[in-house]
Amino acid sequence: MLRDALLVAGRDLRIEARSKVALWQVVPFSVLAMILFTFALGPNPAALTVSAPGFFWIALLFASILATQRSLSIEGSQATRESTRLLGLDPAGVFLGKVGALVAELVVIETILVGGTVLLYHVAFRNWLLLVASCALAAIGLASASVLYGSLAGGDRVRSTLLPILVLPVVAPVLIAGSRAFVAAIGSSGDGGRWVAVLAVFAIVYSVLGIVLYGPMEEI
Amino acid sequence: MRHTLSKLLGPISAVLVILTIWLGLFVTPPDVDQGELVRLVYIHPALAVEALYASVGMAALCSALYLWPRTRSMRMDRLAASAIEVGVVFNILTLVTGSIWGRPTWGVWWTWDARLTSTALLLVLSLGYLALRRVPAEPHVRARRCAIAAIVAAVNVPIIHFSVVWWQTLHQGCTAICPGLTYKIHGSMGWTLLLSFVAFTTCFAWMVVSRYRIDVLRDSGHDGALDDALEARRSEGVPS
Repeated sequence: MLRDALLVAGRDLRIEARSKVALWQVVPFSVLAMILFTFALGPNPAALTVSAPGFFWIALLFASILATQRSLSIEGSQATRESTRLLGLDPAGVFLGKVGALVAELVVIETILVGGTVLLYHVAFRNWLLLVASCALAAIGLASASVLYGSLAGGDRVRSTLLPILVLPVVAPVLIAGSRAFVAAIGSSGDGGRWVAVLAVFAIVYSVLGIVLYGPMEEI
Repeated sequence: MRHTLSKLLGPISAVLVILTIWLGLFVTPPDVDQGELVRLVYIHPALAVEALYASVGMAALCSALYLWPRTRSMRMDRLAASAIEVGVVFNILTLVTGSIWGRPTWGVWWTWDARLTSTALLLVLSLGYLALRRVPAEPHVRARRCAIAAIVAAVNVPIIHFSVVWWQTLHQGCTAICPGLTYKIHGSMGWTLLLSFVAFTTCFAWMVVSRYRIDVLRDSGHDGALDDALEARRSEGVPS
């Protein structure tokens, strides 16, 4: 399973490295979202700092939707799916591979967004370990839930409108727990560990669901 | 058989719901603290139970049975879809009756309470499930996708159930049967509350059976239309 996962993750990341869709479309979109949030609130440094956790996570959620659509468009055609099946790859491995590649992309986007919050929203982090843990677990949870639901959403034409409706309500716990952990990382509250635990539970639940259910889904 | 069940359940649920409303409005006394507002308790919890547990529970069970190769059948898919669709109606009614109760009690129509928010999220998830059903696909492909979506959505139900325990929320805890099988509501109020659960469960069952029948009739209509078209096409090739 792990060998198949590495194979699929490597393929996805190679395609991404060549096409640079994430770099030239998803990353600029997430930065643009952060700038637009600033326009909505106005140039008030205090208000921006208070709102930074929410803005960061909403920008990440929107960017993750775009990244997922891009990732699943690789598997989009029926012929590609059939080829993958004919190779005899373990469906759980395919799921983990796609999640792994998406996590790598989301980590890059998170890094840029963290830089954006420091530069644009004047946020100063006190607990970097908490921030790194929450971002890593959130990336795994977001990628697992998005790949699972994205595979359900069918072809490319339908997925672009259906995926946000299916995924955004499901990943609401990531938004809540991530924002709270972000606030704790800034130093405004001290219960960050509890929210990191919520993110860990979310990541585990959706990873397990994906490993179990991706196989039956790809039998289609 | 199913048609008879549907015919029976309709009048029974109508009588039970009317009886519940009559008892709730005219027989039971007002509450010491809440006054006349307590009468919503004979509708709201029963609606919520159907929306959260009956609907999603039934959909998840039928979906699991669909995915299990030995019990795979389009009947399971139709039942799951009917349960979710009826559940959406009950969920909307739950949120509406909750808001009507919340305005005089909490002073607002809506508050970002854990249980309210998670119930609203379940509504959006159910709408997502119904949107997924409308994606054009082969019946078994659609059924499998929707079965997986229903099972994943069911993960939300324990979060809603325990939300009032895990987080400090405005929403009250258990009303009728609490841990240790202790009751917090007695006399005519207690009996009316219990009757409301029976009435709305019967109503839910009737709506699910009726929705299921509509699906069966629609699908058989499609099959019949296809057969008719094939027959017409074949007859074109037969020399007269």
